[in-house]
Amino acid sequence: MGEIGYDVAHLLGTSILLVSFALLYQRRLTSLINAFAVQSVLLAAAAAWQGWIQASPHLYLTALIALVLKAVVIPVALHRIIARLGIHRTIERVLGVASTLALAVGLVALSLALVLPLAGEAAALTREDLALALSVVLLALLMMISRRNAIGQVVGFMSLENGLILAAIGVKGMPLVVEMSVAFAVMVAFIIFGVFFFQIRERFDSLDVQYLERFRGEGDR
Amino acid sequence: MLNGAVLVLLVPALFAGLLLLVKPERLAARLNCVGSALTLAAALSLIVSRPQSGPTLLVDDFNVYLVVLTAFVGFTTSLFSAGYIADEVRSGRLTPLRLRFYHAMFQAFLFTMLLALLANNLGLLWVAVEGATLTTVLMVSLYRTPAAIEAAWKYFILCGVGIALALFGTILMYLAAQPVLGSGAAGMTWTELLEVAAEVDPRILNLAFIFLLVGYGTKVGLAPLNAWLPDAHAEGPTPISAVLSGLLLNVALYAVLRFKMLLAANGAAMAPGVLMTVMGLGTLLLAALMLYRRRDVKRFFAYSSIEQMGIITFAFGLGGPLANFAGLLHMALHSLTKSAIFFAVGHAIHAKGSQRIADITGLTVSHPALGWSLLLGIVAIAGLPPFGLFMSEWMIVSGTVGASPWLALPLVLGLLLGFGALILRAQSLCFGAPAGDSRPLQASLAPIYVHLLLVAAIGLWMPAPLVAWFHSVARLLG
Repeated sequence: MGEIGYDVAHLLGTSILLVSFALLYQRRLTSLINAFAVQSVLLAAAAAWQGWIQASPHLYLTALIALVLKAVVIPVALHRIIARLGIHRTIERVLGVASTLALAVGLVALSLALVLPLAGEAAALTREDLALALSVVLLALLMMISRRNAIGQVVGFMSLENGLILAAIGVKGMPLVVEMSVAFAVMVAFIIFGVFFFQIRERFDSLDVQYLERFRGEGDR
Repeated sequence: MLNGAVLVLLVPALFAGLLLLVKPERLAARLNCVGSALTLAAALSLIVSRPQSGPTLLVDDFNVYLVVLTAFVGFTTSLFSAGYIADEVRSGRLTPLRLRFYHAMFQAFLFTMLLALLANNLGLLWVAVEGATLTTVLMVSLYRTPAAIEAAWKYFILCGVGIALALFGTILMYLAAQPVLGSGAAGMTWTELLEVAAEVDPRILNLAFIFLLVGYGTKVGLAPLNAWLPDAHAEGPTPISAVLSGLLLNVALYAVLRFKMLLAANGAAMAPGVLMTVMGLGTLLLAALMLYRRRDVKRFFAYSSIEQMGIITFAFGLGGPLANFAGLLHMALHSLTKSAIFFAVGHAIHAKGSQRIADITGLTVSHPALGWSLLLGIVAIAGLPPFGLFMSEWMIVSGTVGASPWLALPLVLGLLLGFGALILRAQSLCFGAPAGDSRPLQASLAPIYVHLLLVAAIGLWMPAPLVAWFHSVARLLG
């Protein structure tokens, strides 16, 4: 398979990272969710491609889960929540776009510096995939820190899981258990998040996590 | 294939399903106790006849001790919970549906804890810790107050991130093992990994351990990712605070230690202890300082748990037979003592109708039995004789003086700071004139007495087989 296999996997991995950057600077909730859906489609493609070049059919299942659940079901559900709650407004960020993106570039450099010198015996593809995956994970963390909005944090969390799956599929022969459990965890997590949304809505008329900060428990009680 | 280890897992799993269906609350609380008692019996059977370890489940000296401890604290907490929950129902804070859910989640939580302890597969270990996060998040948000939801949200986000980092570390671990063990489940099996640990690439191991330490360390409550812990303890039901402090933190630390053993078996990898001592000391000092400014009694003891986990992590980081022995002992004694304290605090909150330290005063006057047990618990956790924690802290300090004397200074400073805060609060909680209204207690204090007696007994006289056992585990940890 050689060259082509390597090139396509690399292309897909890089595109996923690119979408991570896009996630960082979205201003509207709806476009944020759409960007996440795009990232999940790319992830599904990457998983399917790895399944083909590694000749391990279980990766197709991973791809299918990513495609159905993360690219369709969850984004649609999130859109519905937004429509029902009527929160189309833009979301505040803790940091400006420029400084966020500068930080993001720094994080990518960090993950390259961490991972690339490693894995002397591992194939170049594995190594670079891992570096990309770590970048996606770190950018998702940055996103969770820089968004004050509950939905923003959830999307950040799921993007983080995307990075983890990217890492898992890049390593040859990773047992199925892990991928399934990750997908499962995301699903369960989403249900829980759903519960939270309605609770938060009930109490505060807003999905802005900032409103919660008042109730630190140590304050004026 | 039904052996002791499978049985330990099967009982809580079955009871979790069963309790979801049981409606009458008294019956559910009793079934919860029965389930926990059966789990304890199964756990004790592991001491007598130890089943063979397979690729999925692992039973060795190290985890048997924690399985028994977990099942024991789970059992006593279920007894405490029965009384506590009856009181909550009388005051109308919990609806029947939530109660059903609570009991099912209690058993599910025990199941995930025991699975994490017994898992031989690193993926399974990760799934179990993740499952524990999910069940406890649900329980922390049980009261549905704004503060409870905020606590659950913070808990979920922080531990979600922690657990994600741990998964990345697990993937790296597999990457390291894959060239040696080949593709497939073998590369995720802890026993297989330990055998080939010397042959794998040390650089990948190093990076994996950093991710695993920070990831699972979040759940241990290690600084700087410990912000979730006090809120989760304070806003959930008190039995949950008891099992969070008594069990969950231990299990997360257990996961870190398993990986530390892998690193120690590889001669060329970095010394994992250094990172752990630094994080442990940082956590100890931070938590000891934070103790002084707490006004909420459950938050106060949650910070005390963070402090104690810092001490234990430090001890394991130091390594060597003496410090490991002390760390193991401290882990067990802290579980017993802290859950006893939370039992007492739970009763005190019910008696006084408030969680504020300022509202809970003079307990020894208004509720003598409760007040004196709480005082004894605080004396024990502060590390005073005759309780066992005095012995383990003494061993940790003398181990530090022996190994690297300059580390003893911040350690002793942290211990003294924590000690001061505990004694200060003990005075205002237990003595003085009782403030506000207070109701008589209806629940039994037996679980508190049993825990405190055990801690005192171990402090005065440790049975020789127990010492020998701890020694063998301490050697295992390297």
